[in-house]
Amino acid sequence: MIIDCPCCGPRPVSEFSYIGDAEVEKPDMQAPVADWVEAVYTRTNPRGTHLEHWQHLHGCRQFLKLQRDTLTHEIFAVELAGVYASGAGE
Amino acid sequence: MTDYSILSLAKNALNGQAGWAPAWRKPDPKPEYDVVIVGGGGHGLATAHYLAKDHGITNVAVLEKNLIGSGNVGRNTTLVRSNYMLDRTLPFYEHSLKLWEGLSHDLNYNVMFSSRGIINLAHSPGQLDVFRRRANSMLLNGVKAEILSAAQIAEKVPALDVSDAARFPVLGGLYQARGGTARHDAVAWGFARSADRRGVDIIEQCEVTGFLKKDRRIVGVSTSRGEIRAKKIAVVVAGSSSHVLQQAGLNNLPIESHVLQAFVSEGLKPVLDVAITFGAGHLYISQSDKGGLVFGGDLDGYNSYAQRGNLPVAEDVATALLAMFPAFAKVRVLRSWGGIMDMSMDGQPIIDVGPVPGLYINCGWCYEGFKATPASGYTFAWTIANDAPHELNAPFSLSRFQNGYVLDEKGRGPFPGHH
Ligand SMILES: Cc1cc2nc3c(=O)[nH]c(=O)nc-3n(C[C@H](O)[C@H](O)[C@H](O)COP(=O)(O)OP(=O)(O)OC[C@H]3O[C@@H](n4cnc5c(N)ncnc54)[C@H](O)[C@@H]3O)c2cc1C
Ligand SMILES: [Zn+2]
Repeated sequence: MIIDCPCCGPRPVSEFSYIGDAEVEKPDMQAPVADWVEAVYTRTNPRGTHLEHWQHLHGCRQFLKLQRDTLTHEIFAVELAGVYASGAGE
Repeated sequence: MTDYSILSLAKNALNGQAGWAPAWRKPDPKPEYDVVIVGGGGHGLATAHYLAKDHGITNVAVLEKNLIGSGNVGRNTTLVRSNYMLDRTLPFYEHSLKLWEGLSHDLNYNVMFSSRGIINLAHSPGQLDVFRRRANSMLLNGVKAEILSAAQIAEKVPALDVSDAARFPVLGGLYQARGGTARHDAVAWGFARSADRRGVDIIEQCEVTGFLKKDRRIVGVSTSRGEIRAKKIAVVVAGSSSHVLQQAGLNNLPIESHVLQAFVSEGLKPVLDVAITFGAGHLYISQSDKGGLVFGGDLDGYNSYAQRGNLPVAEDVATALLAMFPAFAKVRVLRSWGGIMDMSMDGQPIIDVGPVPGLYINCGWCYEGFKATPASGYTFAWTIANDAPHELNAPFSLSRFQNGYVLDEKGRGPFPGHH
């Protein structure tokens, strides 16, 4: 796999480290246990399009958000994650 | 169909091998069964065998989307062991090892189980302490375990670099003499033949595409070969578990699917007669009866349903192999492939009733599932027949993640692939 880093351009997958499912939301500290069980333990684990966090660990070290097909490994979109993501802070 | 025996071998040797019948029938699906098992991997076929043999339930179909044995049961590196640590996991794997020891006779099919022993190498004093703890836990559970010194390991594995010059010098290891390997295809075929002989229908190229519901209860499946109804539906589809069970309304299993690769070398003269694992990286290796070195290492490391991996992991595995066995530098790799692993959040499986009425689930095997095949089938059949778990699989409940009873052997936390 080759990931097209928004900062560094196309780089081999071995430069990146996988963080995991980007759709898991951390619940409020006061949220019921069931919400925490869901966030900590359960995953939708789709066969097909998956939103996921990676880090360009051996590059610019930015956290990235990928939209990738888990069956074909095709990558549809890469953007910066968190506060730098497109639309964040608007 | 006749038993395989020395007599049938001799007879067929004389009549030009004309007397062999196919090992299982190819029936069309019936409209209704008592039990439908989705997934014709090792675990699905073992479940059918034990349902018929132990519980007399023979009006059963195993539905396999591809050919039986084309999933992980035919893709794994075949290590069988019971060197676990927790009091809630070890008895299950030990029961499995005991079933392995009598499996060829039970199935009347040679699964080539070979208790050649398995050594887990330690490369630091801390690691050796962890193995001592595990060995003690095994001994307390009545399972023999030995700690070997580097010198004892050198004697058993002459090809291994145990010198001080090794990249990660070997300090000792955990040895389970009863562990070993088996022939993966034969396991699928042997269970299939045994189940078929007892009346189970094994239906290949029949993909389950949805579930039939009546009120909240699951009463059947829709498949590429039509609708099939059953009183009980047992889903045991390994890496496809989330995908298949989503169609039954289970959207949040504690599972991620990841790809694991395996490698086989060209055939060599006998050079390695134990199975051995590297402790400073991730590598496990044995030599098959045909002479090929069979080895594998880490997951590729990201969610995947593709039955193939990427090259960086192949390189990583080769590096670890050469750190252990510099002499294998010129050995050529013949084949490599990938399988989709159902990685659970604590590294242990789920074998349980429900959570939807009419449904029984068996998944979350990680890299552990081949050794578990007999016990998984044995306990899953029990669970289906009795609508309650056997004491051996009671710890493998789906609810353990809610209740705080996770089975984290290594204390690594809720990360699939870290176990
Ligand atoms: C490379 C590799 C190395 C491994 N090494 C070891 C090892 O050394 N020791 C060990 O103990 N374990 C090992 N494992 C793990 C072990 O192989 C698995 O945990 C185990 O085989 C899973 O159970 P199974 O045999 O039932 O799975 P599978 O053989 O994968 O069976 C599941 C079946 O379900 C079918 N299926 C999926 N979807 C549908 C559908 N919709 N309808 C009908 N059928 C469907 C699939 O086609 C498949 O045949 C390894 C796995 C891999 C990939
Ligand atoms: Zn970058």
